Amino acid sequence: MAEILKRNKALSVNPLKASQPMGGSLACLGFDKAIPLLHGSQGCTAFAKVFFVRHFREPIPLQSTAMDQSSSVMGADDNVIEGIKAIAEKSKPALIVVLTTGLSETQGADIQRNVREFREKYPQFAHVAVVPVSTPDFSGCVETGYAATVYEIIHHLVPDAVTANTHPGSRQRQINVLAGSLLTPGDIEALKDLLEQFNLRPVFVPDVSDSLDGSLTDDDFSPVTIGGTPISELATLGDACATLVIGASLHKAGELLAQKTGVPCHYFEHLYGLQANDRLIMTLAELSEQPVPLRIERQRAQLQDAMLDTHFMLGQLRIGLAADPDQLNALVTLVQEMGAEVVAAVCAAAAPILANIPLNSIKIGDLEDLEQLCREQRAQLLIGNSHAVTSAERLGVPILRAGFPLYDLIGAYQKTWVGYRGTRQALFDLANLVINFAHEDIPVYRSPYAQKTDTERPSGSHSCH
Amino acid sequence: MKSSKDIAELLNEPACEHNKKEKSGCAKPKPGSAAGGCAFDGAQIALLPIADVAHIVHGPIACAGSSWDNRGTRSSGSELYRIGMTTDLTEQDIVMGRSEKRLFHSIKQSIDSYNPPAVFIYNTCVPALVGDDLNAICKYATERWQVPVIPIDCAGFYGTKNLGNRIAGDAMVKYVIGTRDPDPLPPSAEHAGFKIHDVNLIGEYNIAGEFWHVLPLLDEMGLRVLCTLSGDARFREVQTMHKAEVNMMVCSKAMVNVARNLNKQYGTPWFEGSFYGITDTSQALRDFARMLNDPDLTQRTEAIIEREETRIRNALEPWKARLKGKRVLLFTGGVKSWSVISALQDLGMVVVATGTKKSTEEDKARIRELMGEDALMIEDGSPRALLKIVHDYQADILIAGGRNMYTALKARIPFLDINQEREFGYAGFQGMLELVRQLALTIESPVWKAVRTPMPWKVVTRSPEHSEPESEPITPDQTSLARNAG
Repeated sequence: MAEILKRNKALSVNPLKASQPMGGSLACLGFDKAIPLLHGSQGCTAFAKVFFVRHFREPIPLQSTAMDQSSSVMGADDNVIEGIKAIAEKSKPALIVVLTTGLSETQGADIQRNVREFREKYPQFAHVAVVPVSTPDFSGCVETGYAATVYEIIHHLVPDAVTANTHPGSRQRQINVLAGSLLTPGDIEALKDLLEQFNLRPVFVPDVSDSLDGSLTDDDFSPVTIGGTPISELATLGDACATLVIGASLHKAGELLAQKTGVPCHYFEHLYGLQANDRLIMTLAELSEQPVPLRIERQRAQLQDAMLDTHFMLGQLRIGLAADPDQLNALVTLVQEMGAEVVAAVCAAAAPILANIPLNSIKIGDLEDLEQLCREQRAQLLIGNSHAVTSAERLGVPILRAGFPLYDLIGAYQKTWVGYRGTRQALFDLANLVINFAHEDIPVYRSPYAQKTDTERPSGSHSCH
Repeated sequence: MKSSKDIAELLNEPACEHNKKEKSGCAKPKPGSAAGGCAFDGAQIALLPIADVAHIVHGPIACAGSSWDNRGTRSSGSELYRIGMTTDLTEQDIVMGRSEKRLFHSIKQSIDSYNPPAVFIYNTCVPALVGDDLNAICKYATERWQVPVIPIDCAGFYGTKNLGNRIAGDAMVKYVIGTRDPDPLPPSAEHAGFKIHDVNLIGEYNIAGEFWHVLPLLDEMGLRVLCTLSGDARFREVQTMHKAEVNMMVCSKAMVNVARNLNKQYGTPWFEGSFYGITDTSQALRDFARMLNDPDLTQRTEAIIEREETRIRNALEPWKARLKGKRVLLFTGGVKSWSVISALQDLGMVVVATGTKKSTEEDKARIRELMGEDALMIEDGSPRALLKIVHDYQADILIAGGRNMYTALKARIPFLDINQEREFGYAGFQGMLELVRQLALTIESPVWKAVRTPMPWKVVTRSPEHSEPESEPITPDQTSLARNAG
């Protein structure tokens, strides 16, 4: 429904987008004892590391193939092979995800072949899973890099039903959840809690809530992730009774998993707002063959009450949004359910889902585009990442932080958006931002005939604010 | 793309101690065990603080997308440097060879939108590899729009951050410095009653505004800072750097090529110094006076130092009692390794070891001078090695760059960030007060005790009846429950 407006200027100003290898790294970081290896120059890794450290306030395992001038020109096969070997030897990981960058893709790297050569040359590391993923910087965004990585991990590491002798439903309570890049560690924790209330055993792929949730462990230091989906769990996915796929971007990954294992998928574009969560709870009740727990019914009633309370502030509120595709879709649903109007929507990159979003148009662009649209459309509130805060300041409107990176809000990575409770809190947060602006400010009128003394009048031409 | 000859020339820096001996810090990074940034990173750090310039990163999104507006440096006016600009090259641009065209139009767009006095173009890996002719585009754009467009050819794969710093400095020397003469002195300067000298600072980035602790003192001395390269600098200031009487290299060898080239081309003498710590700050002020060889200035400088040292030592007195004898592991590169030692020793703290990964032989000599011949110098900066030293030497605090923050915190060790992402300014006499406040804040915090406290229900009290193993075996399920609960 939405018209997709392509980029129409040469220069990108105040970028919204972060690159595909960032998304690929994020997906990798959701596995246990994992480490992403970016195939590029050292800076690719250094910048990615700083980006995630600022967002999650956690140490982030990330390595580089350290391409230099000669390997950039003459070929960097050895960088990949020896890089994997160095990590396998030193850090003893369970998973290394090799991600390409703009540099290695432009050079024409063939990391699939490099990984094969690594296997031949160093058979002693056969136990270390190595997954190559093509994630050039010059296309896509965090979400696409993340989705490509989840797809490749399923492709390489989930055995098909025949080979592994898995049978859908043989683990009666197991539900696989393919978790999209829009889910925060807080979201995944909340979803685990929901599934466990139905006596289901969720296996999240990947699971950043177990590795990037900011918990203090007994280990002083680890060169690889502590926590996340264990690689061994991937062999059990074929025994689950169903797979939930959260995020339209993971649709392809879901199809692949279903094709390999025969486990049926239930697709959710997102889990923001009442309707999406109703569908989730219905699905869980059916899969578990259990009635919906009273606690969840109570939470639904609480959300409905919150919708009543906040519709005064959020109804007709003119909102500007900037995010990656899935999250943009989710946020549009959330605020439209409340009667707010999305007057400006900017997306980091194109995706099929965008066309289905019920808006007139969506701009593929940057935060300068967002700012201009918001100014033209007189937006009253922004939703975007920490970079959009200065845009909001210039526009003089409040901002709700969402997306990547969030570096100026402690605990932002832990914010929960999904479920009835998460949705309720998101509505509270939105309403609180505008509660003092939402009522009409009628300018003071003073009658020239009034019998009030002049001393009451403020001196000069004072506005009513 | 820069030729390997150009790169070799930049790496061969006669004024850098690394040149004379086996290099200790410029080793080639190894795939799979590399740390630190690239040449683009270094160049951007070095020049981004020039506040009124449009800084355009020419490349796909990765280079600017994850790094823009990410520096602690501050400006007293223009905020243009905080606007992230990139050509955000697409696959089409690269495959179809349209990246030069996009860059050209991008320059126009930045000039139309922001009317900057100059545009800096940072070249990155992809356009360097496909062979964009950066110099030609910048030259053509300059002629076409009458705004200086400066090429900074700093593709990441050229080398390390350090090389990037030099590339940045080199571009300033080649294209910017010497293109304008300084403004005449303001009339108020005539009445000061003493001669005003023009100076530059090179390698001062005004992190968190810390140079504003120092600048008033330089003003009082009668030193007009033509330019700080590059903290709170403006393009028109950089243009005039050739007219200084003396240059100070602040706390870093990174842009030493600027000082050396200004010396070679314009005969400007330079010295190296630091504004961290009382001793070093006073020394830097004295060195200015000494190099300028103005007896009146020397006399006035001594009076200022006397007054400031007395003032700050009095203000530090209550803090010193709290910090005296605390043991510090300092891990930071280059010149900071000695300049910060002196600041900490001023406070009566004990520096048990210091990192020397990026230090030159000269730096190391100064460290020995300050810490004694047995000073422990750390080359291996891996988290594991650092933590071992913290434990072995019973350090009370780790002072290092932000990258090591979580190494310390996860090991439950107090930490102070000393690098450029930090949010507090420690320079000058006044900066010492902020430094002690931050040191005390973390060292004395009650959280260290709290985070080291084990779960009380996991602590088994031994009694005669129970000679069971220390704790119950824990099933994986319980562990995950406990983690989720925490």
